[in-house]
Amino acid sequence: MQPFRLTEGGLIDRSRPLHFQFDGRRYGGYAGDSIASALLANGVHLVGRSFKYHRPRGIVSAGVEEPNALFQVGYDPKTEPNVKGTIAELVDGMVLQSQNAWPSVGFDLGSVNQCFSRFLPSGFYYKTFMGPGRGTKAWMLYERMIRKAAGLGNAPTRPDPDSYDKTFAHTDILVVGSGPAGLSATLAAGRSGARVLLVEMDNALGGHLLSAPGSEIDGLSGLVWVEKAAAELAALPNVTVMTRTVCFAAYDHNFFALWENVSDHLTDAERAQHQPRHRLIKLRTGQAIFAAGAIERPLIFRDNDRPGSMLAGAAETYLKRYAVRAGKRAVLVTNNDGAYRGALALNEAGIEIAAIADLRETPSGHWTAEARERRLPILAGQGVFATEGSKRVEGVRIGKIGADGLSLAGGEETHACDLVLNAGGWTPSVHLHSQAKGKLVWEEEGQYFRPGVTGQKGQGSVGACNGTFGLGAILAEGHAGGAVAAEALGRSGPVGAAPAAGDESFLPLRRLWLIPADKPLGHQGKHFVDQQNDVTVADLKLALREGYRSIEHLKRYTTTGMATDQGKTSNVNALTLVAGTLAKPIPEVGTTTFRPPYTPISFGAWMGRDVGDLLDPLRKTAMDPWHEANGAEFENVGQWRRPWYYPQAGESMADAVERECRAVRGAVGVLDASTLGKIDIQGPDAAEFLDRIYTNAWKTLAVGRCRYGLMLSEDGMVMDDGVTARLGEQHYLMHTTSGNAAQVLAHLEEYLQTEWPDLKVFLTSVTEQWATAQIAGPYARDLLAEIAPDLYLSTEALPHMSVTAGKVAGRKARIFRVSFTGETSFEVSVPSSYGLGLWEALMRAGAKYGISPFGTEAMHVLRAEKGFIIVGQETDGSVNPHDLGMDWIVSKTKDFVGRRSLSRTDMAKPDRKQLVGILTKDPKNILPEGAQLVQKDGPERPLPMLGHVTSSYWSPAAERSIAMALIKGGRARMGERLYAPLEGGKTLECEVVEPVFYDKEGSRLRG
Amino acid sequence: MLLIPCPYCGPRPEIEFGYGSEAHLARPGAPQEMSDEDWAAYVYWRKNTKGVFHERWVHTHGCRRWFNVIRDTVTYEILAAYEQGIEPPAVEIETYV
Repeated sequence: MQPFRLTEGGLIDRSRPLHFQFDGRRYGGYAGDSIASALLANGVHLVGRSFKYHRPRGIVSAGVEEPNALFQVGYDPKTEPNVKGTIAELVDGMVLQSQNAWPSVGFDLGSVNQCFSRFLPSGFYYKTFMGPGRGTKAWMLYERMIRKAAGLGNAPTRPDPDSYDKTFAHTDILVVGSGPAGLSATLAAGRSGARVLLVEMDNALGGHLLSAPGSEIDGLSGLVWVEKAAAELAALPNVTVMTRTVCFAAYDHNFFALWENVSDHLTDAERAQHQPRHRLIKLRTGQAIFAAGAIERPLIFRDNDRPGSMLAGAAETYLKRYAVRAGKRAVLVTNNDGAYRGALALNEAGIEIAAIADLRETPSGHWTAEARERRLPILAGQGVFATEGSKRVEGVRIGKIGADGLSLAGGEETHACDLVLNAGGWTPSVHLHSQAKGKLVWEEEGQYFRPGVTGQKGQGSVGACNGTFGLGAILAEGHAGGAVAAEALGRSGPVGAAPAAGDESFLPLRRLWLIPADKPLGHQGKHFVDQQNDVTVADLKLALREGYRSIEHLKRYTTTGMATDQGKTSNVNALTLVAGTLAKPIPEVGTTTFRPPYTPISFGAWMGRDVGDLLDPLRKTAMDPWHEANGAEFENVGQWRRPWYYPQAGESMADAVERECRAVRGAVGVLDASTLGKIDIQGPDAAEFLDRIYTNAWKTLAVGRCRYGLMLSEDGMVMDDGVTARLGEQHYLMHTTSGNAAQVLAHLEEYLQTEWPDLKVFLTSVTEQWATAQIAGPYARDLLAEIAPDLYLSTEALPHMSVTAGKVAGRKARIFRVSFTGETSFEVSVPSSYGLGLWEALMRAGAKYGISPFGTEAMHVLRAEKGFIIVGQETDGSVNPHDLGMDWIVSKTKDFVGRRSLSRTDMAKPDRKQLVGILTKDPKNILPEGAQLVQKDGPERPLPMLGHVTSSYWSPAAERSIAMALIKGGRARMGERLYAPLEGGKTLECEVVEPVFYDKEGSRLRG
Repeated sequence: MLLIPCPYCGPRPEIEFGYGSEAHLARPGAPQEMSDEDWAAYVYWRKNTKGVFHERWVHTHGCRRWFNVIRDTVTYEILAAYEQGIEPPAVEIETYV
């Protein structure tokens, strides 16, 4: 039983009844209904409470502009807040909840806020919580309470079980909107032979014609013409039509974002398993035609937000498209002719028109004349200045409007009604044009902004979104737009004739939107400009009195035009009010910036399949299966996953790291070093190139030898370090830090291509081609000799910092004698596919030497014991080689990238932060990395901060904690006492020392 | 998202490219002979042009090659793209206030 449903007509399917729940009550609807139309068919107007004052609110519109009819749909975790009931399709079994109401929408405790509304003015949050003496803490406390009391719906608490998709698309011509303008444009463009994509956010083509099926086009009724057009487009192979797809964003160079609602209109049973819920489509097009239509503008009167007060066009949509009567007895309040059409239609369907309050002194126009003929009660020069009732309109008060439009001129009457039809003209939907940086021009006659010069080539607006309102003119403009776009692309196929129709627009109108009442603003009720954000005319005027002038500031201060509807019904009214109050022309006040999205879209679509493991690529080495099988704990370095440490049963991380360190110092350890960046450098000028890139000299490096290099940015700061080997006369292999490989290659390429294109050098990334095992410790040589019997590994044959090639574990390998741990160490590289085999061979052969795999943490400890830096840990982009005490590696005789910057006087200032070692007084205390160091221990604050700890570990070799730090003037402070005040009030006393804690002479790594 | 005409690969979406700021700034041949001010001007100071701007791009996820683009920073229209090391083609210069 749907008491307000007509027995026939409309575009619903009466053979497919649907059931749904709203706030626990069961209702019926039909396939083809929106949530809003189904509720109205059941006589439900009260659908929610307002954001701030918790006022009862009803359905205002039948489209994306809806400020009130927002629902919480479904159950956690599939629940979704803020679903616009005016565009969401009704689905069988749907469960809807009203928002912002507790305990119920009919009896809401939050509505006491209304009684305190004089204490909730515009800028309330700023004034109350963010003023002097209140501070962030107070705001954070209050914010939590406010969010609970306000807010729009509830977010799901668990991960979204649905899947989403992202995809790219390309076309010649994009047409946005399938109303008469869009269809006409698509027909013309499609006939030309160009590839055309027509997107329509609704589930059916036709746009405004779905609400006004009586319109006549080419001698056919509107909907029949739509059907014929759709059939022609379906037969054109070069035309794609997508419904339930909104073009919500325009970006640069004709790049658009579309959001396709693939399955929200289906029940779980109807939905195919493979289908995503929504799809994000990133589209590049040659030409774009916006045919987005227009949105009806409301008039403002006292308590204009009472349920039952609705845009006139929406009531016509509910009647014609959904066969629903929005009430029994209606009053139309209008400032223009166009709204009469809806009143006529409603009257014809048996809704009593109690009065037409027309603000115009002398109502005229096509539809007005027809209403006169039908003897509808027209009250000229009068307006509805207030509504009466509580949770539903019970009547309106109508009065004569003075000639100035600012006061009543008597003749007040009350008219009983349950429906107020509100009509203040139409606002073109210029969103996409404006997002694409198009200019707007103010149209005096119709009082709206329409598109001016486009911001990008190959774009145009047609139809109502271009400020063209007569049906015939809309069709002609659409047709011309399609033809022009096709021609711009060189498509010259015949486009046919433009469809023809009558040409009534909604004009003429009276330029009045705020209807004066019998009491001053804010007395006995509220005049809402923005219903979604509960912003009243009084709020706007207050903000203006307080000195706000910029429309962007007014928006943020009063919150006008924010939230899910983005002011689609309120912005132009707010502008008009501001301009009127400031006595400025509207174009001078301007509009706020139009930004994507046109209407809210799901986060899921933005992410597509990039969730969970697919969020970011995870790079694994050839040895990774062994690490995983042997219980490694991993850490991510850049995108690489590296073994962090290998805990044995019962071991803590500290235990495992200590054991791994002792194995390297006392026996032999093996580290997966495959992630080190590797760049193959070849060419006759390779040495010259390295000379320019690194701070030290390279031409003297002999074939078969390695050298450590420090790389600077042009600003003189350290950007990378690593060992480079000379493999042949014109052939080098550069190693970079694991996380920096791509940036270093880019840096090298940039200099090579843009500054030194004359150098004959090729760069190739070979990081992933090689798997590398680093063997370190006193038995490293013995172990390697076992699996590489053909190699000469003595210090004479293969001294520290040299490279050779030969067979290791039966495979061709490169062997680098380099050390990052301070022990005798060999890095063995084999083609990646043999990496796991190499590793397994080492583990087998190493068993008798007490081999232990070691992870990145032990590697960090071992290198810190030696005072070796890690770029990115000891450096942060503001550290130069002097700061690190590494002058020994900086050439004074040649130019290199960063040299000139390094010789700036500032770079050698003695009070720069310099790298030092830090020992805590109590050797058992380990400083946290990042700890600040200060000169004095004591109660006074603030304490000047001298620097911070960059690395800090327990050192098994030193049998105490060790740390490195960057300290102002650090090298001159050797032996000085410093203090590290820690979280929780504890302060640790420390001593500044040289940053080397083990084997200062380096005899072990050369041995 | 810009559509950038790589001189080697043709038009490709912006996500394939890296940005390299102002073009036609040669690295000085004898940096050690420059004053701190002149050197800082080379390292740090860049134009912030409203209007037609010569800038560098690199086709990072493509041919990996650097090239120059002439772009209007107001409309984002790309007026030309050309290889490193050649003179920029002449374009119509729109001026903005």
